[in-house]
Amino acid sequence: MTLPSRRSALPGFSLTLGITVVWLSLIVLLPLTLLALRPWTLGFAGVWQSVTEPRVLAALRLSFGTAALAAAVNMPLGLLVAWVMVRYRFPLRNLADSLIDMPLALPTAVAGIALTALFAPRGWIGALLLPLGIRVAYTPLGIFVALVFVGLPFMVRTLEPVIMEMPREAEEAAATLGATRRQTLLRVVLPALTPALLAGFGAAFGRGIGEYGSVIFIAGNMPMVSEIAPLLILIRLEQLNYAGAAALALVMLLASFAVLLSLNLLRARMRRRS
Amino acid sequence: MTTPAAQESVATRVVLILLTAALLIILLVLPLVVVLAEAFRKGIPAALATLSDPDSLTSIRLTLTVAAISVPLNTVFGVSAAWCISRFRFPGRGALVTLIELPFSVSPVISGLVWVLLFGINGWLGTFMDRAGLQIIFALPGLVLATVFVTFPFVARTLIPLMQEQDASEEEAAITLGATGWQMFSRVTLPNIRWGLIYGVLLCNARAMGEFGAVAVVSGHIRGQTMTMPLQVEALFNDYDWVGAFTIASLLALLALATLAVKAALEWRLGRRGSMH
Repeated sequence: MTLPSRRSALPGFSLTLGITVVWLSLIVLLPLTLLALRPWTLGFAGVWQSVTEPRVLAALRLSFGTAALAAAVNMPLGLLVAWVMVRYRFPLRNLADSLIDMPLALPTAVAGIALTALFAPRGWIGALLLPLGIRVAYTPLGIFVALVFVGLPFMVRTLEPVIMEMPREAEEAAATLGATRRQTLLRVVLPALTPALLAGFGAAFGRGIGEYGSVIFIAGNMPMVSEIAPLLILIRLEQLNYAGAAALALVMLLASFAVLLSLNLLRARMRRRS
Repeated sequence: MTTPAAQESVATRVVLILLTAALLIILLVLPLVVVLAEAFRKGIPAALATLSDPDSLTSIRLTLTVAAISVPLNTVFGVSAAWCISRFRFPGRGALVTLIELPFSVSPVISGLVWVLLFGINGWLGTFMDRAGLQIIFALPGLVLATVFVTFPFVARTLIPLMQEQDASEEEAAITLGATGWQMFSRVTLPNIRWGLIYGVLLCNARAMGEFGAVAVVSGHIRGQTMTMPLQVEALFNDYDWVGAFTIASLLALLALATLAVKAALEWRLGRRGSMH
């Protein structure tokens, strides 16, 4: 046991570290380790076969694709909201600010049925879109809408502190030097916000890949078309195919860690350059 | 004073504010309104009838039970983690902080799956549990384990930055003056962190009561037994009982709104903003 380099004679180090490590191991580390071990009872070839079935590949493509698309769309949307919230003053601003966290506070099942009710062909929004030939509920488009809903607060909350701390002097200098406002925004503000936009993308994307509750009701869940990867995990569990479920879960975890890691590296490189 | 050329024109600002308002109303307000509208579509008596249904009452009781077990467990853990991480330096401290946040990047379905792999019929301990007559999956313990996993980081991640900012000198003074560890904690530490602690517990509780994916995996969907409120919402919705589904959903939406209101009040007190995920 390594003793802490104590700055003080404060008590409770062993006790609290003990509680922390034991609880972390029992609740998080041990279960996740067992998850990583479980697929291999199928053998390497079995695992490969299990995660390359056409239905699995379609589900993974759908989950990662819609999550990436929704996170990308949330970049301009989140930028708009964050900019308006930080830079402008207007009535009901505090209320709007609290509202932004709503997708995180609202239980996902509630969000799921609410979005389904809104976007169903006879729903308030669905009925308006139907004459245009746009069907949202029970299609991949519905998954995308649900993921935009869930991802927006991640983008806004990542951008807000960065916009808040951005020195106004750079913008004023650009203006003094004769840049139009549009030039300043594009050449000074946007580059300064790019790392934060990437971070927000990563957070929204990471959440979107594994999202279940808000998606499952509006998705339609047609195999090969609108069946998300987390649902396929549940289906395999119901068939008592534990190893197959674990294999798919492992692929999802590794793929999302890889994406998040590369985004972090990209951000680090951009920060070093600036 | 900002020079006029360094900000958007009044017209641009008005347009951007209106666009934001439209986006927030369509994406965030309408879903809340539709939940209430669907719940009361057939009048208040129909909505109240759902609430007096025995299965719905069971689901409310179960949700409260699961939260009442999970939240205190993660609160004790969160305070412990924050104490050792913020008050001592030891090797692996940074890794510990990262690992504590790990459950946030795991899909809810996988958060439930890990417990089925451990305790399910085909799980590592499945046969043992079966022989011992212990029911974990498709029962209350499984629901609690899944909930503890998904709410694991909330209290710790709220308290760690808060306590790192606070000076340890008051606590050191208490110890020097002869206070026991417990006296120091209850009279010095706890008052200093109380608003942050309430904040973390609030977010933890909101997630514990509203969790869907993780509990859906371990619940087994036994009506009147292992259905928490979000699962009951799903069951009623799939039965085409929209009034019932949206009535329970309204209760959960009210919980979310109350959480946001208290959160805003606490942020004003703490003078900081935390993130909700």
